[in-house]
Amino acid sequence: MNDKPLRVEDVSLSLGATVVFQHLSLSIGRGEFVAVVGPSGCGKTTLLNLLSRFIKPTAGKVECNGRVRMVYQHDSLFPWQTVSENISLGLRHLKDPSEKRRHLDAMLRLIKLENFADHYPHQLSGGMRQRVELARALIGDTDILLLDEPFSSLDYLTRIRMRNELARMLDQMPRTVVLVTHDIEEAAQLADRIVVLTDRPARVCSQFQIELPRPRELTHPRVVETVHEILTDLGLEHTGWQQVVAR
Amino acid sequence: MNPKRFSSTDIVLPSLVLLIALLIWTVLSLLKVFPDSVFPSPLAVAKGFVEEVRNGRLVEDVVASLFRVTTGFALAVFTGIPAGLWLGHHARARTAFLPLINFFRNLSPLAWIPFAIMWFGIGDLPTVFLIFMSSFFPLVLATIAAVANIPSVYFRIANDYNFGNVETLTHVTLPAIAPQVITSLRVTAGVAWLVVVAAEMISGRAGLGFAVWDARNGLRMDLLVSSMVMIGLIGIVIDRILLQLTKIPSVRWGYER
Repeated sequence: MNDKPLRVEDVSLSLGATVVFQHLSLSIGRGEFVAVVGPSGCGKTTLLNLLSRFIKPTAGKVECNGRVRMVYQHDSLFPWQTVSENISLGLRHLKDPSEKRRHLDAMLRLIKLENFADHYPHQLSGGMRQRVELARALIGDTDILLLDEPFSSLDYLTRIRMRNELARMLDQMPRTVVLVTHDIEEAAQLADRIVVLTDRPARVCSQFQIELPRPRELTHPRVVETVHEILTDLGLEHTGWQQVVAR
Repeated sequence: MNPKRFSSTDIVLPSLVLLIALLIWTVLSLLKVFPDSVFPSPLAVAKGFVEEVRNGRLVEDVVASLFRVTTGFALAVFTGIPAGLWLGHHARARTAFLPLINFFRNLSPLAWIPFAIMWFGIGDLPTVFLIFMSSFFPLVLATIAAVANIPSVYFRIANDYNFGNVETLTHVTLPAIAPQVITSLRVTAGVAWLVVVAAEMISGRAGLGFAVWDARNGLRMDLLVSSMVMIGLIGIVIDRILLQLTKIPSVRWGYER
């Protein structure tokens, strides 16, 4: 077994005249939850596309060992399929119908949508739809989950609720996760490690390790501290947060 | 979320409007605003209608018109939608063909009537040809537009979950364009029904359009109006039938969000 299922080694990527990455290296351990944050347009989504092998690097090596599933930014459920049918896409590799049924029922219970199995996506709320998207990607024997700003279209409260939901799902079905997000709170609340990228051409600006069990509260001092440190790294905050608290 | 229930208002209100229209018609004919010979009364039309049903001409005309519309329209659907799918997926072919398709789409099918008669004579064939010309180009264009509107993320998902080419077509492209194509089918079928009447007036031997023309030549305005009533009613029925397609559960999303 490879304990580094995802590895980016000295990768450079140019798309037309734009240099997206130059000598980027990053490796992600088995079962690790890594969040990637950075200025908008710095190539966070492109990094996921490299990891999922949707695009190839101009130079360097991308290693990806295991079954990869991606959750996209925008509504990517098939609107002509019911909740059950959409989730079952993730079970296509299974042959036995009764085994499929068993997996599907368990997943519907996990995301608490048993009563919505035959509903179509347009009949669900945004949060419910996102739960179905996660379920489709998690079901079956996935090893690696790539999340591309999966909660960015949700309202603030639903977003916080979905973070807990994701933590709960991963608790039941552990995966190696790469979460791309512009939401630094989200990264601090969920990830074991946060990778901050610089502007284009992107390289790793800094990394933060957070050893706290999930789910974490948004206002946990360690979460707040990490948010502050990242914002400082990005040049968006200057005063020490301890000083703010002391005032 | 549930489809609207059919309420009594849905029947009462339209019936009321129809009744008023009928009343105005009766009053106008009683007041003799126009002479009887060019403005038949509702009663005269009803009698004419019964006469046409009795002698079997009405049924014959309806069957003839419906046969032509169905044949021409079906030909247009089974060639136009595949053509639109192909062009929708091939940008270069689209660039090449689009101006020509737009040209024919903007050409009234009635302009083809002289050629239709010269090429196909009198009878079913010229009319079927005209119906085809009226439906094919709009259907191609609507299908191209629908394909272009499919969010690329659906194809990304198809790729992620290992869909083959055929499966991508049947399980992604077709269901994704279904709502837009159904809407276009309704519009096009309406146009086809308009065209059949016009075409039969000139190149027909039977059919509702021919009946209109025949009644005009025989100065039987009562029969003319009874044919008109029939044409309008069948048009509504055709649209109602196609409307049922929009109620299929897997296409509802296209109309509800």
